[in-house]
Amino acid sequence: MSTLVGKLQIDKTIDARGMACPGPLMNLIGAIRQGQVGQVFEVLSSDEGSKTDIPAWLAKARHDLVEVVQDNGYTHFVVRKAR
Amino acid sequence: MAADVVILGGGVGGTIVANLVAKQSSGRAHVTVVDATGIHVYQPGFLYVAIGQEQPSALQRAEAHLLRRGVSLIVDVATRVDPIGQKVLLESGRTLRYDQLLLATGSRTLMDEVPGANEAHDFYTMDGAVRLFDALEGFQGGTIVIGVAGIPYKCPPAPVEFVFLLDDYLRARGVREKAQIKLLSPLNRAFTIEATSRLVQPILNERGIELTGFFNVESVDPVAKTVSSLEGETVAYDLLVLVPPHRGQKVIEDSGLGDERGWVPVDKNTLKHTKFEHIWAIGDTTNIPISKSGSVAHYEATVAAAEIVAELKGELPPAHVYDGKVMCFLETGRGEATTISFDYDHPPVSPTPARRWHWAKALFNKTYWHTVPQGRLP
Repeated sequence: MSTLVGKLQIDKTIDARGMACPGPLMNLIGAIRQGQVGQVFEVLSSDEGSKTDIPAWLAKARHDLVEVVQDNGYTHFVVRKAR
Repeated sequence: MAADVVILGGGVGGTIVANLVAKQSSGRAHVTVVDATGIHVYQPGFLYVAIGQEQPSALQRAEAHLLRRGVSLIVDVATRVDPIGQKVLLESGRTLRYDQLLLATGSRTLMDEVPGANEAHDFYTMDGAVRLFDALEGFQGGTIVIGVAGIPYKCPPAPVEFVFLLDDYLRARGVREKAQIKLLSPLNRAFTIEATSRLVQPILNERGIELTGFFNVESVDPVAKTVSSLEGETVAYDLLVLVPPHRGQKVIEDSGLGDERGWVPVDKNTLKHTKFEHIWAIGDTTNIPISKSGSVAHYEATVAAAEIVAELKGELPPAHVYDGKVMCFLETGRGEATTISFDYDHPPVSPTPARRWHWAKALFNKTYWHTVPQGRLP
């Protein structure tokens, strides 16, 4: 199911708020593993470690970090599967 | 008339709940355990079978001998649950009606999901552990690679424990200097939990175990003897050990009780199914983002048993809920170990590795049969 957040078409939302590190990143890796190239994933994480872990993994795995927005008590990451 | 409490799965969680419900329900329940083999297997022992420190026979007992008198055991495969009609269909064609149902079916491993990995070794099944030990006994030198092919997997410390015990094993055989040990981690550190990782990393360095971070195994080329990652890296091996992908049992998927990987959605405190009444799930079976381990199943079992007993007595749900408690041992080799303890509100802590934790783990493993399944440990 796709939803629209701002101008972006989000294919899957991973609400990992309340999950301890590294839950949010592990869930994102699982989603990317099963997703299609070009799909956009949204990750919501309240874990401080995600701020460094998620961008570091995306850089290594060569997927796109489209947007990082700090919201009320959590961080919102938008990610595109690039390959 | 006694209520029918049906428990699917005769592992650690299912057995504890069966015994506690039978004991605490004051004759108000008839408890039935359905298990595919009727053999209770102590899975944490697979690690030791793989390095020749334990015999397979020491890890298995007849489930019937671990259940209280009055608990029925049916050796059969549950093929379908009807959560509306409150019925379980078995492979033999038999149907069981239930008033309360506990899903304690655990997880299954599927190496077939990793292209090219059919010949890779693992220590997540008894057969896999026995085969791995045979391969290690014939190993004369080369590169042994240990990788993770799917998250979540049972016993998160196991790959790290394995490389430390493997280092000991190869040194004892006098072939360590001819071997390279490479640990491929899904994260950019040795272990999922950062505090424990900080303890483990210097020990890996000291033992000459090479760590590659952010390596989530995607495929294997068994001809070229290489393993490749989701992140785009490739590593060569002579002997490959993988943590296979895990998913929930087929009966969960076929009955529409789980998510896309067959994990059952439950409330993380009450362990009740989020969609269906009168159903609980514990242990590996659930989708709670917490360790898939016997320790979790054990702590959750006392909560689920109390919930089931309260419902069948028509009482209010108990005040004690599952608080996310986890307590695991982590072997660091050379006769030492550490522990990892945490819950939903307290971050993990690990003491400096010491001999006493190794002996505590060994003692727990040996006394398991007489304490845990009966619900004698809180």
